Amino acid sequence: MEQSNRIQSATRRTYVIVWVGLLMLTGVTVSVAGMDLGQLGVLVALTIAGVKSCLVFLYFMHLRYERGFFFKLIIPVTVLLLVLFIGMVFTDIAFR
Amino acid sequence: MEEHKDDVGSKIGMWIFLLSEVILFGGLFILCTAYRYKFRGDFHLAAMELNRILGTLNTVILLTSSLTMALSIASIRKDSRASSFGYLAATVFLGLLFLGNKYIEWSAKVGHGIYPNSPDLLGRSSGEVLFFGLYYAMTGLHGLHVLVGVGLLSVMCFFVVKGRIKKTDFILLENSGLYWHLVDIIWIFLFPLFYLMT
Repeated sequence: MEQSNRIQSATRRTYVIVWVGLLMLTGVTVSVAGMDLGQLGVLVALTIAGVKSCLVFLYFMHLRYERGFFFKLIIPVTVLLLVLFIGMVFTDIAFR
Repeated sequence: MEEHKDDVGSKIGMWIFLLSEVILFGGLFILCTAYRYKFRGDFHLAAMELNRILGTLNTVILLTSSLTMALSIASIRKDSRASSFGYLAATVFLGLLFLGNKYIEWSAKVGHGIYPNSPDLLGRSSGEVLFFGLYYAMTGLHGLHVLVGVGLLSVMCFFVVKGRIKKTDFILLENSGLYWHLVDIIWIFLFPLFYLMT
C-alpha cells in the first residue's frame, strides 16, 4: 500500500492554477469561434482542445508524476492510434 | 491470510479500460468529421441551432468538477476525510448539474420538433438529419458516462464515510477519479465539435 503514497502528487495550488488555465482556454476557444476564421477555426478549436486535454492528463490524472514505461507511453500510443485511424479514413475520403 | 494488493497494476488496468473508451468515442469522432467534410453546408446550418451558452456553461461545470475530484484525492492523501467527502459530494452535485442542463437543452430541441425520426427533422436535408443524429448519439453516450460516473462517485462517497477509502488505501477513489477526468476530456472535444465549429 505504500506504493501509492510514494507517488508524488500535485499540490492544491497547482490544481487550482491548472483549473484557471482550463477556464481561460475555454474562454479563448469560445471567442475565437465567434470570429469567422473558416477552416482555420477548426484547427484552432482542435489545438485548444488538445492542450486542454493534455493539462487534464498530466495534472488531474497525475501522468506527470507517474513513473514507469506504461504511463509514459499511454498518451503517445493513444494519439498515434487515433492519428492512424483518422489519417486512413481521410486519405480514403479525399482520394476516392 | 495476507491480502494481495497491487495499486500500480490496478491503475494500469484502469488506463487500459480508458484507452478502450477513447477508441470508442474516437470512432464516433471520425464518423462525425467525415460527414462534416461531406455535408459542410448542412452541418453549418444545423450547428447554428445549438445553444452555445448552455454548451459553454456545461464545459465550465465539468472542468470545475474535475478540479473538485482532484482536490478530493489530494485531501484523502492528507488524511482529511471530511474535506475529501466534501469535495467528492461537490463533484457529484456538479455532475448532476451537468445532466440537468443537458435535460433542459434536449427538451428545448425536442420541443422544437428536432429529435431522431421526427417528422420535422425528416423534412430537412440529409446532412442536417445526420448532424442531429450524431449530436443525440454522441452527447447521449457521453451523458450516459456522466450518469455512470455520478453513480460511481456516490458509492465512493459512501466508502469515504465508512472508512473503506482512507489515507493508506485510496486506489478505488483514484481510479474513479481517472474515469471522471476522462469523461471530462471527452466533453472537451465534443464541445468544439458540435457547438463551436459552425
